[in-house]
Amino acid sequence: MADSMAPQMAQAAPGDVPGTTKRDFLMLTTAAFAAVGVGGIVWPFVSSMAPARDVLALASTEVDISPIAAGQSVTVMWRGKPVFVRNRTEEEVREARSVPMSELKDPATDESRVKRDNWLVVVGVCTHLGCVPLGQKPTDAKGDYNGWFCPCHGSHYDTSARIRRGPAPSNLLVPDYAFTSDTMIRIG
Amino acid sequence: MAIGLHDSEVKNPVLRWVDQRLPVITMLQKEYGTFPTPRNFNYFWNFGALAVITLVIMILTGVFLSMNYTAHTTLAFESVERIMRDVNYGWLMRYVHMNGASMFFIVVFIHIYRGMYYGSYKAPRELLWMLGVVIFLLMMATAFLGYVLPWGQMSFWGATVITNLFSAFPLIGPEIVTWLWGGFSVDNPTLNRFFSLHYLLPFVITGVVFLHVAALHVTGSNNPLGIEPKGPQDTLPFHPYYTIKDSVGMVAYFALFALLVFFMPNYLGHPDNYIPANPLVTPAHIVPEWYFLPFYAILRAVPDKLGGVLLMFGSILIWFALPWLDTSKVRSMRFRPIARIFFFLWVISFFVLMYVGGKPAEQPYVIIAQVATAYYFLWFLVILPLLGKYERTLPLPESIAAAVLGPRASTGGGPLPGAATAKPMEKA
Amino acid sequence: MKLLKVLAVTVAVAMSSPVLAAGEAPAPPNARFGFNSFFGSFDRGAQQRGFQVYKEVCAACHGMRLLSYRNLLDLGLSEPAVRAIAAGYTVQDGPNDEGQMFERPARLSDRFRSPFPNEQAARAGNNGALPPDLSVIVKARHDGANYVRALLTGYVEPPPGVTLADGMHYNEYFPGHQIAMPNVLNDGQVEFADGTRATVDQMARDVTTFLAWAAEPETEQRKQMGVKILIFLAILGGLVYATKRKMWAEVKH
Repeated sequence: MADSMAPQMAQAAPGDVPGTTKRDFLMLTTAAFAAVGVGGIVWPFVSSMAPARDVLALASTEVDISPIAAGQSVTVMWRGKPVFVRNRTEEEVREARSVPMSELKDPATDESRVKRDNWLVVVGVCTHLGCVPLGQKPTDAKGDYNGWFCPCHGSHYDTSARIRRGPAPSNLLVPDYAFTSDTMIRIG
Repeated sequence: MAIGLHDSEVKNPVLRWVDQRLPVITMLQKEYGTFPTPRNFNYFWNFGALAVITLVIMILTGVFLSMNYTAHTTLAFESVERIMRDVNYGWLMRYVHMNGASMFFIVVFIHIYRGMYYGSYKAPRELLWMLGVVIFLLMMATAFLGYVLPWGQMSFWGATVITNLFSAFPLIGPEIVTWLWGGFSVDNPTLNRFFSLHYLLPFVITGVVFLHVAALHVTGSNNPLGIEPKGPQDTLPFHPYYTIKDSVGMVAYFALFALLVFFMPNYLGHPDNYIPANPLVTPAHIVPEWYFLPFYAILRAVPDKLGGVLLMFGSILIWFALPWLDTSKVRSMRFRPIARIFFFLWVISFFVLMYVGGKPAEQPYVIIAQVATAYYFLWFLVILPLLGKYERTLPLPESIAAAVLGPRASTGGGPLPGAATAKPMEKA
Repeated sequence: MKLLKVLAVTVAVAMSSPVLAAGEAPAPPNARFGFNSFFGSFDRGAQQRGFQVYKEVCAACHGMRLLSYRNLLDLGLSEPAVRAIAAGYTVQDGPNDEGQMFERPARLSDRFRSPFPNEQAARAGNNGALPPDLSVIVKARHDGANYVRALLTGYVEPPPGVTLADGMHYNEYFPGHQIAMPNVLNDGQVEFADGTRATVDQMARDVTTFLAWAAEPETEQRKQMGVKILIFLAILGGLVYATKRKMWAEVKH
């Protein structure tokens, strides 16, 4: 029975009666307010997917570097990724600094990549497609430039962890870090 | 409808292109724009819309909560507390979800009482009503499953007690309970399946809600007078009249919701649920959530285990038969002076049961529960059928318009006198 | 309308009867904590003193495993101060390269160190009783803040005729009155840095404030947001209702 009446019904609200403009203004204001309300509701949902406070609390990590002898490396976990901390030999530093900029795919001086000459701190994730390069253990392949070698697609990194050959587009990333003392660094 | 593109009336070319191929805009316009709705709704007709919006709120907050919840007995309690402490606005989502369950039941109880008072379950709306009862049963199951997830003391012991209800069934009872648990007690497998089902059921509810609304749009809505609209003078287009009226109710509802969430978030909860589940210690006083209390009281009112379980399930299942138990030709209790009194007594018995359900199982609460339970069933099984036969009802108005506009408009489906009040109808 | 009134009354009756805690203990007196009020916020001084009471007295038996040292920054303590507090505890970490677990000073991101490694050890060290974790104790008791304060100050001589079980103590507000925890607060037990006199009542109030914050650290943010939202809804409600009135003005109903 209700269906039979449907075609006869008005399209929408009754129009040209006195007070229409006032009503339109009121409706617009109300709609604007409601829209603000909906926007306010969306934010907590979006925000809840950002890192939580306990995740942020682990966003920095401290590393005691006193046990790392020259020529040794350690891998530490930082924000779910490996970070390579290497105490370079003088030979390695000399090697890194003698390379002319023109030979580099992603030119950067070794001095700009370290805070203290012998300590190199880089994120151990290949800039090609995210594999972890070899070169941390003494027995690992270190690639043609005596640094790191990514086994996935054959990227070679030098002793400053700069890309020298292979598909990776840029050098291994240097994270934010600081020496809190002579034997401690804080990453992040 | 003939095969081929839909004959759309939409002006905008892009929307028209869509509407010709999938006439959703025509459908929305028909069902929520021009849909002829009785002009005499009171604010009790807000509660269907409020229930829908609550369902949306529950699903949204639930989906986001599940991103941080861990369904494992060793981690569930802590993961909920991590949501409360560390996740951005996690406390807000959890308190909205937790109190949203209570708000959902408040809304749905009022929606049900409204349907009962105004006879909305009567022909031709029987199936509409029965789908509503199905939604209510699914809601109860979902709420129960959800209450187990934080894995506090009440979660654990609530799950234990409710699943043990099934052990009342003869012969296969114990096997059913073991199967429900997936073990020999409520434990990790139980928690995992409860989480899975708690996530699933709201979408089943959404499906049944669609059917409920589809059925509503076949018969059209009932109204406070309980008489069908006879012509356009009895109805108003749903939009803007009822969209705006529903909005008024919605803002008031949100204010009440906000009061609960922001200022007394744990008022309706039980403090014991902030004690991690311990299978070796039962809390001194186990009570279900408040919305289960009337049914819990019926369970405890019967001294026999199986009898109590059957009566408890029966107290809701009997709602399915309501359209046939009530034999009166008159829908709205506005015109049923005797039934109205007995109905209010039934509502009171419901709240009495809710009250004693939260009290310890001792005198005088047991006897009160028994009296209230007896009346609960008496109303459905004896009073309603008899009243249909013997009650003398008040005269019904000729039409909705006649009752609203006064006797002048009582000319049936014909054109109305040119009163300003009838303007919207004339434009139709 | 009549139906509405009946409903409102019945709902009010049903809701105004919260389930009482079991036992015959009297309801704790209302201590009028500021954080329980409508706009309530925590008294930073009381929170810091309360933490000191927890640290020097309660922590001997009670853990707070849901809290991390970084949470103490919310009490208004400076970062170096909180780092120093954390460094005063050792936590287990590892395994190291040799496969050994090792102890190291706690950091901000570490959870509070619990006094006992597990429940059995806690019971063994406490005459069979388990000191509950205090992380959410205020949420986990009916009328939590008032109850905790009343309990801490509720140690009295047992009334005549009551015989205490071995190792039990009499407390007015504990359900059943016999509690395994002894009276731990005595006047002057801790020395507050801000010069506040450490009376039993003062310490009980302060530690309760600290525990209430620990149970619901979101309280201040929640209430401030709630006030804003209620104001917003009041304005929106007025607008929506005015719009509704205007729209329905031409329709008799």
